[in-house]
Amino acid sequence: MRSLIDIKELSLEELDSLIDTALDIIANPLKYSEKCRGKKLATLFFEPSTRTRLSFEAAMYELGGNVLGFSEASSSSSAKGESVADTAKMISCYADIIAMRHPKEGAPLVASMNASIPVVNAGDGGHNHPTQTLADLLTIKRKKGRFNNLTVGLCGDLKFGRTVHSLISALSRYEGIKFVLISPVELRIPDYVKTETLNKKGIEYVETTDLVGAMPELDILYMTRVQKERFFNEEDYLRLKDSYILDLAKLENAKRDLCIMHPLPRVNEISVKVDNDPRACYFEQALNGKYMRMALILMLLGID
Amino acid sequence: MNIDSIKNGIVIDHITAGRGMELYSLLKLDTLDCSVVIGKNVGSEKMGKKDIIKIDADIELDTTILGYIDPEVTINIIKNGKIVDKKGVTLPERLVNVISCKNPRCITSCEQELDQVFTLTDKENRVYRCLYCETKAK
Repeated sequence: MRSLIDIKELSLEELDSLIDTALDIIANPLKYSEKCRGKKLATLFFEPSTRTRLSFEAAMYELGGNVLGFSEASSSSSAKGESVADTAKMISCYADIIAMRHPKEGAPLVASMNASIPVVNAGDGGHNHPTQTLADLLTIKRKKGRFNNLTVGLCGDLKFGRTVHSLISALSRYEGIKFVLISPVELRIPDYVKTETLNKKGIEYVETTDLVGAMPELDILYMTRVQKERFFNEEDYLRLKDSYILDLAKLENAKRDLCIMHPLPRVNEISVKVDNDPRACYFEQALNGKYMRMALILMLLGID
Repeated sequence: MNIDSIKNGIVIDHITAGRGMELYSLLKLDTLDCSVVIGKNVGSEKMGKKDIIKIDADIELDTTILGYIDPEVTINIIKNGKIVDKKGVTLPERLVNVISCKNPRCITSCEQELDQVFTLTDKENRVYRCLYCETKAK
């Protein structure tokens, strides 16, 4: 029985296979519409996340399955003090697969160690969010047709941004990747990402505070939100939240085939005027997330 | 101090001076019925001074944790008054309930019945990370 807690658990072959399945789902949706008939997905969301939860639910419905669960901790037994382990054991009696989001880092791993059904990490605090990375990878594949020889700009909150850490980890396995890490000094990428991923694998990267200066060389620009929920101190949040706002003027020197990505939700870090630019890929990225979650559910349930 | 004063047992030698009691506690030697002697600040040619623990019983002792706590330690197995095995210690791949995760966002911070598990992620730099949240051990 297999779970997905961290993107690194997937081999490159498995990632390729998931992407192939997702592309086939896009091309032949009817072929997959009954694949999960009689199966149930439990969405255990101990912290609100409309998009990820709806994406998982839409994925399961489009595979012909059903969904049960809760969308905040206050409506679950954790409010009564139930442990994650007990919740996982109990849900294993009712469902075939779990998608779990939890504010505490490592909670989905604890669930996977105790559940008798597959567990998908749908985000654990500032730690991992592997299905967002799957969405990111499918978007890159569809837009660029490759994962190698790309200059990838990551902009915004690189310190707490789990999607950024997971994407670096995933892309670091390919040849010819260069990262341009654009952030205020306070929100720079953590040292361990540099020492244990970038330096260890000999990946080229630069750190800068200058978004406009970095723009011309980028093939991909991955924007992130400065997330209020990751700060203990509201003052720090208010000081840094508007650090980088992407607008059409900043895109003037960008490549014509730049791919602008964002894990969403956006607050104000991308001007709405950018939405109509053909380089804006973030809503398509959300759609790709649904396809990859469909592919993942099929893989973890062992359905061809 | 002579180690041949034990007939059958274990001598944990070359403990960094001052850490003998810590190792005694971590190895739960207080639960043994046999004689256990802790030598503090014993003279050592190699180390100047060292601590030493002698366990006067032929028992199985899980010493994997010692590699994390004090990598210079050597373990001598004594049979019939003679050293029959002498080995150093290596960094354990996994530490269970030895150190605690300090990350307030870690699941172990609110579910205290969970084992505190750390895994060796970088042998060269002796880096251990929490199994759950991957925070580096301090």
